[in-house]
Amino acid sequence: MNLSAIDPILLLASLMVAATPIMLAAIGELVVERAGVLNLGVEGMMITGAVTGFVAATTTGSPWLGFVSAACGGALLSLVFGVLTQFLLSNQVATGLALTLFGLGLSALMGQGYIGIKAPAFPDWHVPLLGDIPVIGPIVFQHDPMVYVGLLIVLGVWAFLKFTQAGLVLRAVGENHDAAHALGYHVRRVRILAILFGGACAGLGGAYLSLVRVPQWTEGMTAGAGWIALAIVVFASWKPERLVLGAYLFGGVTVLQLNLQAAGVAVPVEILSMSPYLATIAVLVIMSAGRAPGSLGRIFHAAR
Amino acid sequence: MIFTRRAVAAILASTLATGAAAQDDGPTRVGFIYVGPVGDGGWTYEHDQGRLAVEEEFGDAVETVYVESVPEGADAQRAIEQMALQGADLIFTTSFGFMDPTVAAAEKFPDVKFEHATGYKTADNLSIYSARFYEGRAVQGHIAGQITESNIVGYIASFPIPEVIRGINAAYLHAQEVNPDVEFKIIWAYTWFDPAKEADAATTLIEQGADVILQHTDSTAPQAAAEAAGNVYTFGQASDMSEYAPMPRVSSIIDNWAPYYIERTQAVIDGTWETSDRWDGIDTGMVGIGEITDAIPAEVKASAEDLRDRIGAGEYHPFTGPINRQDGSVWLEEGETADDETLLSMDFYVEGLTGTIPE
Repeated sequence: MNLSAIDPILLLASLMVAATPIMLAAIGELVVERAGVLNLGVEGMMITGAVTGFVAATTTGSPWLGFVSAACGGALLSLVFGVLTQFLLSNQVATGLALTLFGLGLSALMGQGYIGIKAPAFPDWHVPLLGDIPVIGPIVFQHDPMVYVGLLIVLGVWAFLKFTQAGLVLRAVGENHDAAHALGYHVRRVRILAILFGGACAGLGGAYLSLVRVPQWTEGMTAGAGWIALAIVVFASWKPERLVLGAYLFGGVTVLQLNLQAAGVAVPVEILSMSPYLATIAVLVIMSAGRAPGSLGRIFHAAR
Repeated sequence: MIFTRRAVAAILASTLATGAAAQDDGPTRVGFIYVGPVGDGGWTYEHDQGRLAVEEEFGDAVETVYVESVPEGADAQRAIEQMALQGADLIFTTSFGFMDPTVAAAEKFPDVKFEHATGYKTADNLSIYSARFYEGRAVQGHIAGQITESNIVGYIASFPIPEVIRGINAAYLHAQEVNPDVEFKIIWAYTWFDPAKEADAATTLIEQGADVILQHTDSTAPQAAAEAAGNVYTFGQASDMSEYAPMPRVSSIIDNWAPYYIERTQAVIDGTWETSDRWDGIDTGMVGIGEITDAIPAEVKASAEDLRDRIGAGEYHPFTGPINRQDGSVWLEEGETADDETLLSMDFYVEGLTGTIPE
């Protein structure tokens, strides 16, 4: 065992990268669930975003266009879910699962011919001045721009839910859609917009995998990240600030266990591999998850 | 949840495959059960190339079906049985974890021929086949030991099964032979295919000083991570992964299943199929060594090619004594070579490797 081989600065830096895709997907799903909709299709939207982002980025040569396309792709797929559940009143759980399966298949189809191709480079962004601070600089301020975009989105969602009237309406719709409807709010419209936002964020998370973290296209490459994102929303008790904590915890333990293994720590590898999930469950129990939005997963029909 | 998703995907896929194999008489039907997606660029990709070669070879006389991304375990049995029910005459199950499900399916369908890759259980209608990947690993270790400057070689292992352990031992022995100071850092990924996890593992190894990465997982993600890091060498796994040549990918192990699949399909058509246990290496081309690029010194390339040729010609066995086990006890005496039985059940590290093998 040689723990000195682990550089804590590099470790913390890779933690932020490892956490970014699930954080992006989770913040989108958080908004969706706060609006009272349970969309289990995160995995499907992520992988659709991964492939559309990859196709757009390799075709145009611009990673930024890739991310924009990924957000559009994810949102477009989520619109299918939105129409089915909000207008045709289909069951949200079943529709969400179907969306995941559909997304996986669709992405495999779209990705034909893009296997083995390299993504255009997306260089790290050395933040001026801040990036030069010792220790903190390399940990926090020398990442690719999407890491900061992700954090800004979380910050934006937090401020939106806490300080804006629109955020209040969204929460009202999620807590009690009948009451919100009685007050004259457009339950469906609010939910469709939330679903679109959730899809766009999941798409960004997926594209982060295919354009930055891996970076290439392979079928099934999200490998369950969407489900982790769903768990992290519950873990975060539907609060954006806790969501960052959850994503970093999961990302951190994931990276740490790999480092411990490579350093030859005498802990059974099985336990190390399980540790990200164990840590998530443990904290979930300890923090005694908050109350879910009152109307979560319930079908809204104005006539009832 | 992943398992659920894959299970449902597998069921859907097998349902889709039904249409192609519904009628009774006609062409010989050959089925393939894959552990990953055909587009993984590695293990499953090469098996699918073998399937396509069968189609090419026999044309209308043979019909092939496949199910991809089948999880190892109970779900696999459903996929295999489904395929047998659809009238497959010969079924290849292409991952170690499909062993027991294949055995169970072979009992239920005595008229169907089964072939299981990399396992060790046979039956009257169940053959096994594998490739001596460790021969390729020896060549990789030989190169890795000479080109590493940090003397740290990273190894992304998948599951602690004999095949993987054999690969680690073969690579280490031949790296150590040319560089006594070499150290192996091993990460068990517990997956055959998870690009994000493989990328993380590669990055971690590089951050801990490794400048050569060997992988026993199937995606090209570690290649991309090494390329991003700069001065890190890698080897293609299962497939050539030549899109990363000449750097970071300096060579590769290529699985070439096509001749075997064609031969076995022919045997079923002729009615001469018998239970067999095939374990071929560089000699028959089942294990191919991908082009060694000029990114490494010419003398290293030459000596690696020499090692490859000597193994292929049968002049040299990668496990030739003296070799001690990790605990210092003698495994092979001077000049003694390993027997296949020990190799097939290998569950120990050789002397010099640090760390323990997970149970």
